[in-house]
Amino acid sequence: MEEFQPVIVAFCCHYCAYTAADMAGSKRLHYPANVKIIRVPCTGKVSALHMMEALRKGADGVYVAGCLEGDCHFRTGNTRATKRVAYVKKLLDEIGIGGERVEMYAMSAGMGEVFARTASEFTEKIRRLGPNPARVGRDNPGCATAACS
Amino acid sequence: MITAERKPIEDLINSVSSYRRILLLGCNECVTVCSAGGRKEVALLSSALQMHFMKEGHPFEIKEITLERQCDPEYVEELVPYIDQADAVLSMACGCGVQEVARRFKEKMVLPAVNTKFMGASERQGVWAERCAGCGDCVLGSTGGVCPIARCSKQLLNGPCGGSGKGKCEVDSDIDCAWQLIWDRLKALGMTEKYEENIPAKDWRTGRGAGPRKIVREDLAS
Ligand code: SF4
Ligand code: SF4
Repeated sequence: MEEFQPVIVAFCCHYCAYTAADMAGSKRLHYPANVKIIRVPCTGKVSALHMMEALRKGADGVYVAGCLEGDCHFRTGNTRATKRVAYVKKLLDEIGIGGERVEMYAMSAGMGEVFARTASEFTEKIRRLGPNPARVGRDNPGCATAACS
Repeated sequence: MITAERKPIEDLINSVSSYRRILLLGCNECVTVCSAGGRKEVALLSSALQMHFMKEGHPFEIKEITLERQCDPEYVEELVPYIDQADAVLSMACGCGVQEVARRFKEKMVLPAVNTKFMGASERQGVWAERCAGCGDCVLGSTGGVCPIARCSKQLLNGPCGGSGKGKCEVDSDIDCAWQLIWDRLKALGMTEKYEENIPAKDWRTGRGAGPRKIVREDLAS
């Protein structure tokens, strides 16, 4: 059977994680193509709804990657994002999707290796978890949800 | 503002699980400010419910509408084009909004998605606290602007009780003793003599004591 290829959405802040991704690229470090990066000005911009909608619309896992603690360019964006990720985890547990499908990571702009390793580890974790059960439901032909059309 | 809190997701899932088409309503006033039932919370709940029912393979459609105010008939009227396409309404407005929708659409099931809590103010981002109990005969002028009805656990009009300690209430050390706050404020105002005046027993008929209340402004009423 073909190996399950999860779709991963990574919200990366412009100042740290996105730059770390760039660094990983220029160092020719390998990380899975499953990870689709969305650059945000600050992880504080990522709301619970962004994470939920990414999952609802087909992602199998979502992570938010921001600056190291105390290093946020906008001072508290990353701590806010951490709280929101915790909130979404709880919500996902409550609706039976499972909170482990979202995660928060911190890295500095120079941490290309950390970026690549995080991307690989998270992808592996989601691969082990299998497809997002909401996606499984949506692929089900019996489903008449508006989102199916 | 009127404050509210979303009901546990499990309760909401149970309340809508026998329906297929849900009209999910938000309100742009108090519940938006206290982050319980505005446009954002509607979108988030919609997303969560859709995902849950997708996973269950349960056919489920949801339409999201956030009204300017759900406690005013003019705005509730805006739902007319949509109401027939829904099997039930799930409202994130306070109890007043839920009831107004239920009153207008008598044959439609209207379910509450939030627990309406109290009249309060924001203490800081993400924290709301009770401030007024709507007693109908405000005594704030005698109590330094701190409400003894809403903020004293025993609603004492002449406090504090013997349980006040280090500025905190005996009911819970997280609660400021209202009478300590009243004393502090009267001191700051240079009006400590006010504290010596006994506030007479309250006539609770202005509050809930005489049944549901109504305000009629003859100059405005149609
Ligand atoms: S005294 Fe009555 S009206 Fe005034 S704030 Fe307290 S509960 Fe509200
Ligand atoms: S400790 Fe203060 S707030 Fe608590 S019941 Fe006594 S007077 Fe009221």
